[in-house]
Amino acid sequence: MKTPLIAAGFALFASVASAETLHVYAPDYFASDWGPGPAIKQAFEAECDGCDLEWVTGDVLPRLMLEGERTDADVVIGLGQDETARARATGLFTPHGVDVTGLTMPVDWADDTFLPFDWSHVAFIYNSDKMATAPASFDDLLAMDEDIRIVIQDPRSSPAGLALVMWVKAVYGDEAEAFWAKLAPRILTVTKGWSEAYGLFTEGEADMVLSFTTSPAYHIIAEEDATKAAAIFGEGHYLYVELAGKIAGSDQPELADQFMQFVLSEPFQQIIPEGNWSFPAKLAAEKLPEGFGALALPEKVFFFPEEKAEAMKDEAIAEWQRGLSQ
Amino acid sequence: MAARAEPVTRSLAGLAALVVLGLTLGTLGAVVWRAGGLGLAEGRVGEAIAFTLWQAAASAVLSVALAVPVARALARRRFVGRGAVITLMGAPFILPSIVAVLGLVAVFGRSGAVNWLLGGLGLPEVSLYGPQGVILAHVFFNLPLATRLLLQGWLAIPAERFRLAASFGMGPGAILRWLEWPMLRAVVPGALMLIFALCLTSFAVALTLGGGPKATTVELAIYTAFKFDFDLGAASVLALVQFALASCAAALAWGVARPSGFGAGLGGVVRRWDGGGWLRVQDALAVGLAALFLAGPLLAVCLRGAAGLFDLPLSVWAALGRSLAVALGSTALCLALALPLALAARRGLWVQVLAVLPIAASPLVMGTGLFLLSYRWVRPDEIALWVTAAVNAVLALPFALAVMLPAAREMRQGSGRLAESLGMRGVARLRLVVLPAMRRAMGFSAGLAAALSMGDLGVITLFADAQSRTLPYELYSLMGSYRMEQAAGAALLLLVSSLALFWLFDRGGRADAGA
Repeated sequence: MKTPLIAAGFALFASVASAETLHVYAPDYFASDWGPGPAIKQAFEAECDGCDLEWVTGDVLPRLMLEGERTDADVVIGLGQDETARARATGLFTPHGVDVTGLTMPVDWADDTFLPFDWSHVAFIYNSDKMATAPASFDDLLAMDEDIRIVIQDPRSSPAGLALVMWVKAVYGDEAEAFWAKLAPRILTVTKGWSEAYGLFTEGEADMVLSFTTSPAYHIIAEEDATKAAAIFGEGHYLYVELAGKIAGSDQPELADQFMQFVLSEPFQQIIPEGNWSFPAKLAAEKLPEGFGALALPEKVFFFPEEKAEAMKDEAIAEWQRGLSQ
Repeated sequence: MAARAEPVTRSLAGLAALVVLGLTLGTLGAVVWRAGGLGLAEGRVGEAIAFTLWQAAASAVLSVALAVPVARALARRRFVGRGAVITLMGAPFILPSIVAVLGLVAVFGRSGAVNWLLGGLGLPEVSLYGPQGVILAHVFFNLPLATRLLLQGWLAIPAERFRLAASFGMGPGAILRWLEWPMLRAVVPGALMLIFALCLTSFAVALTLGGGPKATTVELAIYTAFKFDFDLGAASVLALVQFALASCAAALAWGVARPSGFGAGLGGVVRRWDGGGWLRVQDALAVGLAALFLAGPLLAVCLRGAAGLFDLPLSVWAALGRSLAVALGSTALCLALALPLALAARRGLWVQVLAVLPIAASPLVMGTGLFLLSYRWVRPDEIALWVTAAVNAVLALPFALAVMLPAAREMRQGSGRLAESLGMRGVARLRLVVLPAMRRAMGFSAGLAAALSMGDLGVITLFADAQSRTLPYELYSLMGSYRMEQAAGAALLLLVSSLALFWLFDRGGRADAGA
């Protein structure tokens, strides 16, 4: 019988403590000790005069949807661009109010609710020691040696996997299913998430893995290993943007606004390259770490308005499933 | 049949049953309530159910069939390293799926040891990816469990029966017919059901080694419905399907199993007089091959991790401390739930079903339900470790019951009768009769519960924050930020610490049993 009392005590304590606390929901990779989280917390707390930034980690959007209006979140960070439609539909977000001129992104940004903070492209990563010439298009990918194997992620459980099926759909349109059927023999396997797939690649089990054009930067900078590279396709690559949003019902609206402004400021943006291993949304090229300058990048990118992407999504996944199940 | 259990035991058993029902069906109820009703899942649900059933049944049959010769050999032989082999039997069970997959890949993968050997002999490559890979992985996880459950059955045949058999001059064939077959008839259905239910909820392993979307299981469909469509109603229906499948399996096992009815022995060490000649070769082969099959991937995990082990950040050690604390707490709770249930249960169907519900529960649905039940009153991260310990205890309960139910039955038929006639009750009976008789089973159960709790990521992902990360969580976190080498080190740390816990409890239970 004491539990409700203890719980009430906790709740009271939590609300008192949160007078100065900004709750930011973030994916685990972002807020963990090995992501940009700790450095961002430190930089923001130095700026906000005695406030406390608290990361709340986990599956950001499902958790937000479970909590609904009751959520403690003031700000959410780390949403993927393919999630914005569902996030917007919750009605929990309010415009970010941040000036987005001068972004260093390959596309113009017009959304006034979701604020981009970093970006990359999905790409196939290979080991240049083992593969002398990398495919330069999807057709090259199909024409590779028969014993080359690729590992990809399931679009139903992984944002990168979803970006891949969208990319293929963008390039092949109605022929997407046929493409998947042709690629099927080259696919070693499909994993639940990015980590399993990347692990199979670094173990040498797969020759190529679906990841990001910025992945080689990790190996170059942290491991001094220049053998991992992204295969750049002439058709163009699917852009992968990560976003932040402000919760309308926040009990710390000023602090939340201050954080949203902070997201595009230089102290935050400079943490991104080596913290989240992707391109900052607003940072001049000369301020990027050296390893990033060496990255191979596509000339063309695919980026769809939210409604168009939503309309493509289900069909793209169904075609993937049919193509690989034949 | 002995008299009904004491009222205290029965009340405690009732309480334990409520805890199990609350965490399994109760959490599902919370999700259904939040969804505002049930809903139909989209997509290829029929195919997912068919694949799930097929792979779970095949994995269970193969695991148990292969376990019979191994357990038989371990039961009738004494050799140097036998203890080590038996401890090794706890290892695969506890590995987080991704670690086990990478271990299997190192042995059976494209550039693994097996294909290297085959290539050297000029033989064609075997592929790990496809239905065969899923089943191989599930046998890797479950062959040890099946072996230990069957071994438990073998060791429970009273020593006097083997002595009698030897004095009758019974050969291996007659012993099989009169002693071993009745025992297998009692133990095998339960083991099959347990492994079937375990493979029912497989998801990451089935997908990764299944080679693609053809290997979609029901649990993956639940995950998709929840995370992708946020359709809680559909996720609930799929979770109900999993419960229904597992409950059918439990009912089937209950209908097929027959108690062995060996009666009581004096609990002496079993000596065997049978099994010379070519049986010796057969036993050596069975144990040797099983040990090789299990040790290969584990060795790969050790080799991969050795380099990263000394380079682990401090937070990994802190996570290890939390994991150990959670494992100990959940082991204590698991035994506290399992003991009254095992003592109070007669051969009722309800115990069988109760004992399979936690394994058939979707971890995702259970975690979501707990979150929904608690988040309005407490901050999820405040209770993360408590929730993890409680959930792990209930998840381990089916294994504890599988081990402790037969032991409790033997006890009732043996010393239980004497205690009854002496009118021995309460603490005295617990200390003098129950604990000595159940000691081996409780030790093994505790070992399983502790190891399972160490390795399980389970439901913590909706709750945890940086202050309450466990070791498996930390391991995934390292992998998620490119740190594969440190993750391998953390995996080795997890393997070693879980195995040590398992060994301590299991050994403690059979210290004086001459085994």
